[in-house]
Amino acid sequence: MIPERLVTIGAVAGLLAVALGAWALGEIFTITLATRAAILALAATGLNIALGYGGLVSLGHAAFFGLGGYAMGILAFHAQSYTPLELGSLTIEGTKSMPVIWLVAVCVSALAAWVIGLLSLRTGGVYFIMITLAFGQMFYYFAISWSAYGGEDGLPIYLRNSFPGVDTLVPVQFFGLCFAALVLALLLSARLRSAPLGLALNAARQSPARVAAVGISPTRVKLVAFVISGAITGLAGALYADLNRFVSPAMFSWQLSGELIVLVILGGVGRLAGPVIGACLFVTLEHWLGGLTDFWHVWLGAILLGVVLFARGGIVGLLTGKAGPHV
Amino acid sequence: MSAILLIEQVLNGLQFGVMLFLMAAGLTLIFGVMGLINLAHGSLYMVGAFAAAAAAAATGSFALALVAALSAAALAGVLIEVAVIRRLYDAPHLDQVLATFALILVFSEGTRWVFGSFPLYLDIPDALSGPVTLPGGIQYPLYRLALIGVGLVVAAGLWWLTQRTRLGMQIRAGKDDREMIAALGVDISKLYTLVFALGAALAGLAGALVGAIQSVQVGMGEPVLILAFVTIVIGGIGSIKGAFIGALLVGLTDTLGGIFLPLILTVAMAPEAAAQTGAALASMLIYILMGAVLVWKPTGLFGGARPA
Repeated sequence: MIPERLVTIGAVAGLLAVALGAWALGEIFTITLATRAAILALAATGLNIALGYGGLVSLGHAAFFGLGGYAMGILAFHAQSYTPLELGSLTIEGTKSMPVIWLVAVCVSALAAWVIGLLSLRTGGVYFIMITLAFGQMFYYFAISWSAYGGEDGLPIYLRNSFPGVDTLVPVQFFGLCFAALVLALLLSARLRSAPLGLALNAARQSPARVAAVGISPTRVKLVAFVISGAITGLAGALYADLNRFVSPAMFSWQLSGELIVLVILGGVGRLAGPVIGACLFVTLEHWLGGLTDFWHVWLGAILLGVVLFARGGIVGLLTGKAGPHV
Repeated sequence: MSAILLIEQVLNGLQFGVMLFLMAAGLTLIFGVMGLINLAHGSLYMVGAFAAAAAAAATGSFALALVAALSAAALAGVLIEVAVIRRLYDAPHLDQVLATFALILVFSEGTRWVFGSFPLYLDIPDALSGPVTLPGGIQYPLYRLALIGVGLVVAAGLWWLTQRTRLGMQIRAGKDDREMIAALGVDISKLYTLVFALGAALAGLAGALVGAIQSVQVGMGEPVLILAFVTIVIGGIGSIKGAFIGALLVGLTDTLGGIFLPLILTVAMAPEAAAQTGAALASMLIYILMGAVLVWKPTGLFGGARPA
């Protein structure tokens, strides 16, 4: 059986190799698919911190993904229409600069995660699942009925935002940015897993009473993890919006929350490489099965049922020969 | 703002609420007895609506359509309980979420495969079509009034079933201590299948009844499912009484908020801005209600002492 560290490095290197190979062969579409996989992997890496490390089954992570997307959409919209954003007495200029947009996306989704986490962590278990789902849906309906930014039709952004020193219009360079963000998030996630916070989180998942007994509040630890998790997913949302140059309420949809969980589970819950492998597998399946039949979701559903009922631990579990995460 | 408008909207809210109750009752029963969170409950709602539309198209009878909806949803419920759900009772919630999410994908795309992407229509039966004049001279659609009646009858029936029959006694006992009632000779696995089929049939009934006033289409179940979740979070998971009160609260808040919030805001704002802000705020109102209930009572209005 393969050690987990090798699986992680292999998965990340594999994604990079596919994109670089496609670049060498001039296969632009494959680079776009790899970029999509990298962004979804980033979103799922965020979710994995809450879901895998903290055992918080959030069915509302699309809320953060969408907030990141709309942070980009709204700032870029005001920049491209040369109208400032009026917030009461506060006037904010729009921007096309990715670093600024990312910062806003991360802050906004972290704030939302803090509020949602504060409310939903008052309970646990199945309540948590339903409440996160409901709050995700709240943002969805809000985005639909908020006609100033496109409402149901969404908001097109004509030109991809810029990053100093990088020509983001070149697909492989934009892939490079997304890949770098993914690697940074994975490093953060790996660091977090062995940091005191990660250890406390892992313990809080398994036995909240014992964590409380040694003087650590399990709820606070989980809340911090949920905020970090939401922030990373929000960053992924901003990148995703830039990939498509379009934001719409679909980024808030509960199906997306479900798919993010699917990515994590397909790859392996609580594993560093889980989200990366899951995202690559998902994008491949989507492209391959979607080419074969319009009804590819049926087969995705069947595969998923198979994984849940018979292959606990996902792909990383199969590769490393351990069903559960061994953090 | 006239009293007639207010009464009409209250009736609309009640109608929405009792239909929500049909969904929420099944969900809360299944969670209470088996400890299972079933995301595929919305798919059963859709199955009921499609079965009704197909049966009505074939026979022209609304009564037969309802029978078809009930039996198709119950059958689908038994099928997935035996094939999939049964293996999930002792599994972690995450596995339940995933497996039932997978079932949604299979059901939705399978239905699209069979019936196509275009919505179907289910007509209101002649006997129930047209408006009826209520005391006070209010004109109200008879069919919607009938829906309120059906919802109240089902609620009373469920109360009778759970509180006054032998089966209900077993269901309540199954909630409290499943080993004990198994030891007393109740076939627990058959009881679970039965409860699941009952929940499924209620969802199918709701789908068929609502299908006649909206269109019958793939994906119609999920928005209702999420509202049903909000309902049982507010009412307290596992409590049928909570589901009933929660459903009425959600139905009334959503309907009245959508109508009156923009009107109220015109007092403070320009009409156009008020309409826009009002619509956006009204769409969030039930979630704000849910948040408020959670701050006040984390396990819902009629939930147990501990979160499950």
